[in-house]
Parts: sequence; C-alpha cells; structure tokens
Amino acid sequence: MYELDRVVVLAGGLSAEREVSLRSGHRVRDALAEAGIDAVVADADAELLTQLRADPPSAVFPVIHGASGEDGAIREVLGLLGTPYVGSVASACQMAFDKPTAKALVAAAGVTTPTSVTLPRETFHDLGAAAVIDLIIAKLGLPLYIKPSRGGSALGAGPVHDAAELPRALLSCFAYGDIALIEQFISGTEVTVGVIDLGQGPRALPAVEIVPGDGGYDYAARYTAGKTEFYVPARLPAEVAAQVARIAVATHSVLGLRDLSRTDLIVDETGTAYFLEVNVSPGMTETSTLPMALEASGQAFGSICVRLLELAAARGA
Amino acid sequence: MTAEEQPASQRQRTDPYVGQYAERAVGMVASEIRALFAVAARPEIVSLAGGSPYVAALPLDGVGDMIGQLIADRGEVALQYCTAQGDAGLRERICDVMTLEEIRAHPDEIVVTVGSQQALDLLTRIFIDPGDVILAEAPSYVGALGAFASYQATVVHVAMDEDGLIPEALEEAIGRTTAAGRRAKFLYTVPNFHNPAGVTLAAGRRHRILGICQRAGLLVVEDNPYGLLGFDAEPMRALRADDGEGVVYLGTFSKTFAAGVRVGWAVAPAAIRDKLILAAESAVLCHSSFSQLTVREYLTAQPWLEQVKDFRELYRERRDATLNALETMMPPGCHWTRPGGGFYVWLRLPDGVNAKAMLPRAISSRVAYVPGTGFYADGSGGQYARLCYSLPSPDRIREGIRRLASVIETEIELRDDFGPAPGIR
Repeated sequence: MYELDRVVVLAGGLSAEREVSLRSGHRVRDALAEAGIDAVVADADAELLTQLRADPPSAVFPVIHGASGEDGAIREVLGLLGTPYVGSVASACQMAFDKPTAKALVAAAGVTTPTSVTLPRETFHDLGAAAVIDLIIAKLGLPLYIKPSRGGSALGAGPVHDAAELPRALLSCFAYGDIALIEQFISGTEVTVGVIDLGQGPRALPAVEIVPGDGGYDYAARYTAGKTEFYVPARLPAEVAAQVARIAVATHSVLGLRDLSRTDLIVDETGTAYFLEVNVSPGMTETSTLPMALEASGQAFGSICVRLLELAAARGA
Repeated sequence: MTAEEQPASQRQRTDPYVGQYAERAVGMVASEIRALFAVAARPEIVSLAGGSPYVAALPLDGVGDMIGQLIADRGEVALQYCTAQGDAGLRERICDVMTLEEIRAHPDEIVVTVGSQQALDLLTRIFIDPGDVILAEAPSYVGALGAFASYQATVVHVAMDEDGLIPEALEEAIGRTTAAGRRAKFLYTVPNFHNPAGVTLAAGRRHRILGICQRAGLLVVEDNPYGLLGFDAEPMRALRADDGEGVVYLGTFSKTFAAGVRVGWAVAPAAIRDKLILAAESAVLCHSSFSQLTVREYLTAQPWLEQVKDFRELYRERRDATLNALETMMPPGCHWTRPGGGFYVWLRLPDGVNAKAMLPRAISSRVAYVPGTGFYADGSGGQYARLCYSLPSPDRIREGIRRLASVIETEIELRDDFGPAPGIR
C-alpha cells in the first residue's frame, strides 16, 4: 500500500463541460474523504503549477472533461512536472479524445463502429455546403448522428432524421468545434461500459443501459437527476453483455489507455454492438454511469478512487 | 464482480421523487446555457454577461469600519429579527433617496425586500393565478420573466423602440388581451436604462403610458434599478411620482451601493402594501436586519450620493469604451442601442445569426454575453445579445468586443454556408 500524503483532484477547466467537471471533482473528493483520504480540488488555471510545485502531491486525480482534460494537454504538463496522476498518458488521450481517430483504431482491431465521414467546416465552405451534404446523404443515407470530433456531454451532438435537418445539425455541431463526425445513426439499446485496471489488467464493469426520455440522451438528460432511466447490468442477453464487455476492454487496450476508461456503445436489434466513443476522463457526477456501475457491482466508489491513486503514486511520474 | 458474473438487472433511480414534483418544476433541468455561464465566470473569459455592479469602486475599508462599528453599537438589533415591513429608519432613508426621482412617499408605504427580485416574486404571488396575463416590454428583464414563469403567468410582450415602450403597442396589447376575454393583471416596465435594451422611456411618453393604464384599470409595476445611474442628465421623474394609486415602484440598492447586501424595496398603495407584508412574512418571516441596518448606516453616515456620482463616471467610461469598440470592430449588419445610463447595450446580430447558437463558440473564444432568448417569455429574441459593460475595465471591454466581432464573422460565414441558425424567428 502506497502512502497518500497529499491528493489533488483536478477539476474545472475552461471547456463547456466545466460545470460537470466541477461536480465530478467534488464527488471524487467527497468519496475520497469517506475513504479516509483528504483531497483538495484544484482548477487548471494560472495558480496550478505554482501550487503543485510548492506542495507536490502524492498523486493527482484528473477529472477535467472536454478539451485540455481529455486531449492530453494537462497530463502532458503533469508529466513535465513529474507529478504522478491517475489515468491515461497524454499520447493515448490524444488518440481517444479525437473520435474519428479512436474509431479508426478500434475498427482496425475488428470492432464494429457506425460508418462515418469526418469533415471540417472549411470543406463545406470551400466546396459548397449543399453539394457536400448531398454527397453525405447519398453515401451514408438517413438517419445520421452528428457530433463534434472532439468534446463530450452530447454538446453540439444530435440525430438527423431528415435531409432538411442536416444543415442545422451541422451548425449546432460547429458551435462546439470545427470538425464534424457524421455517422450513420444506429437505432438500438444504448449502453456504456466502464473499464477499471487495478493492477491485474483492464476489466469491464457491468454495462449500464441508458433509457433517456423523449429528447434523447442530450445534455439535460445526462445531468438532470431522474430524467433518464438506467439499468445495471444492462438488459442484454448474456452473449451480448459479454460482447460489449470485450469491446470495452479491447478499446482500452488498443488505445493504450491506463487505469480507467468508459466506452459508449449501441446494440442494434440483431445484437450487434457498435463502438461509438471512449472517454478517458469519465463523468463522476451523481448521474454519471461509471460510479453507478461500480456501486451496483458492490465496489465502493471511494475505495476504487483510493486504489487508483495508490497505483499512480507507486508508479510515479 | 465483473461483466462475466452479472446479477439480474436493476433500475437505478437517480431521483426517487420523479413524478412528485409540481408542474412548475418541469422546466427545471440542466441546461447547456447554464453550463456555458459556469465557464464565463472564470477570469480568462471577458464576461459581458452578468449584470454585476463594480463594487470594487466602493470605499471598502470605510464600509468595513462602518459595519464593525454597527455591530459594536447596535449588534443586538442588527443580529435580531425585525418586522416583515422592514426597519423603520431604513424606510425613512429610502424616502429620501426617492425624492431624487420626485417621489413623495411616507415610510409606511414602503416594504423592504430581498433585492427588488423578491418584490417581483411577492407581487406575482399576490396577483397571479396560473394563466393570468402580465404585460411586459419586449424584451424584458430575465429575472422578472423567471418570477412570472414560476407562478405560471402568461406574458404578453409589448414592443419598444429607442424611446422605450410604445404607447400604441400597449393599447393594442391591452385590446388584444381584452378581446381574448382576459384581463391583464399588471404592466411590468423598466423605464430607465432598460435591462436588457438600454433604452429609456421618453418623458413625453410617460403620461401617455400612465393614462392608457389608468383607463384600462391596469396596475403599473415600475422597476427602477438604474434610475440614478444616468450619464448625461438628472434622474427622470418616476412614473410613481405622477400616480400614487396606480403604480407600484420597485427600488434596489444593488446598483447604487452593493448587490451583496440584497436590499430592495417596494412602494405600493396601502391595500397592496398590506398584502406584500403578509406575503413577505410567509416567505421569509422577515428580512436580514443586519443588511438593512448596514444600508441605513451607509445612507446616514457615508457620502453615498458622491459614490453614486463616482459610479456614474465609471460606468460612463465603460459605456463609451463599449460603443467605440462596437463602432470600430463590429461587422456589417450589426446594430446596437446607445444607453444614456445603466449597464447594458442591446446588440442586434446580422440576419440569420443566432446569439444562443453562437454562445459556445464565443465561450471557446473567451468572451461571454447573454443571448436574447432569455429576455422573451416565448424564447424568441435569438438575433439579440445583451452586453453588460459594468464589470470589465475599458481595456477588457475592447478585447472582449474584438473577440466577439471575430466570432460573429465566423457565424456569418456559417450562415452563408448552411443557412440561418436554428431558432431564428
């Protein structure tokens, strides 16, 4: 057991997911307190480096969502400082955070993922949006699902059922980023699978099934308690449950992720599971699925956080 | 336990009280806009969003000494309950303040509230049943709309122009409401340096507006947070000064002293005043004695009127910085109001550009504003943005508007590529 003298939970940041990250950070801090570890929550701001240098922590638990938290930037800086931290290294985060890159790598490992195209907004501008949109629909058909290539919490993301909706969906997407991932929309059961590695290799937690209300699993559905129903484990046949678990572990391994991740999938009516995206800094709020899966499987959220910090501290920078 | 050894599936309840909330709580959900405002509060962002006064300009040491002395001298009163109507000494001082806008009031007519926001809540509580009509300017103060919505009022907006509320539009709205078999319960108006529109009700319109309301038997709620913060002229005569029976006046010390003390007030006809006191009792029992005595002492012992003049000069400089930056940097197709006081410029974006849809890109570019949609009960107003210049320094204002101009230029390009943004009405 490695002694945790001082623990910093890194939360906040400047992305649109700041509020979610702060809620995640406070929940991790509280869970650590229940497990007997005093932690402080720090923001990724101009004070951070001074703070980490002045009083180096045993380990940092980064729960910054969105850019800088999940694109590897903060972890790269922690590496430069020589500060141990929970979670994946910067290079792996860069691949995972970029959804098209993650899709390509996971697909190359034999995992099914919705057919898609990735296009920056300049392409629509330079070649003419209407012509490009026509090509997209001719190739991928309808319905589609549009999301920014980087980012989370469904911000700027949404389904398109009619060709006339696509320009507006792209506008919403480009409000959050300059590159759009345009996927065939797969209808089915939405599940998410956490992966934890406590030193014995990555293991999948029970899948969590997400049943949102009429508006889909949008921002409000994710962060308003009671707006979405969750089932743990997901109501899947045993072989499908095993399949989604295998995909989550394979994703974690293929992308070279470390300690924890969460893979989002959809299972169609034939039982085929599609990889959608992976999160290297999964939400830890009261309505987030990874803590839910941990608790439902009988593992105390706080003690898992402590174990991950101990592993990070023992591993060093 | 892992995925290979699963028990029976269980539904996870993240809120065991779903299904038990009142109908008015249905809309209380997490929102992207609120998430974006959480970022706007960071110092890296130039925030032209929240309408916060620049309290750093107050003589904080002097205020601190004053509060210390207050507790030493009158702690047993300041830390005790008081009456729901509010401290009598403070109400006397409030009467003095209102003489600047030519209101002659007696302390008995005044009810002290938690900011003027609570006065709005109490007025709506005593007048509005679900579905009742309130007339309000288009656009209208977001906090008032929130209070109205919480009592399930129907808001009918009345058009404004650069001279404020348009009398003909008010007559038309009253007529339309009456023709629909309904009666509006009151007109809500911010006549001076309007939030968010920045315009002021012209002197020549004030009597006409009052006359229309008197003929229709329509109560006027005059909300006046910014009346003493005019840059170019003396304070205008309040509507209340000309109609003591038909106007409820709402005031606040949030902008002329400190928002953090949360002290506002209502001046109302006797019957309404009595109900406001009873409603206040049930809401909060009484207001903070400490805050009330702090304000009373500030008005008695500090040069508060000089401080208001300092605020006016400070905000005038920031208004000028805002207007100059807009003039030099905004792309074609943008239009904005030129406020003579207060905190706000109301920016109209080029056709087809939506301020709400644009906000994520603005936050990424580290500038924030409030999209116009919040100022219309029906969520229209997407083509507008409220810019508040009270808090950032002139340099930061210029930098913020530079960033905003760049964001708007990108949005224009996106509009040209993809058509008008969603939500444009």
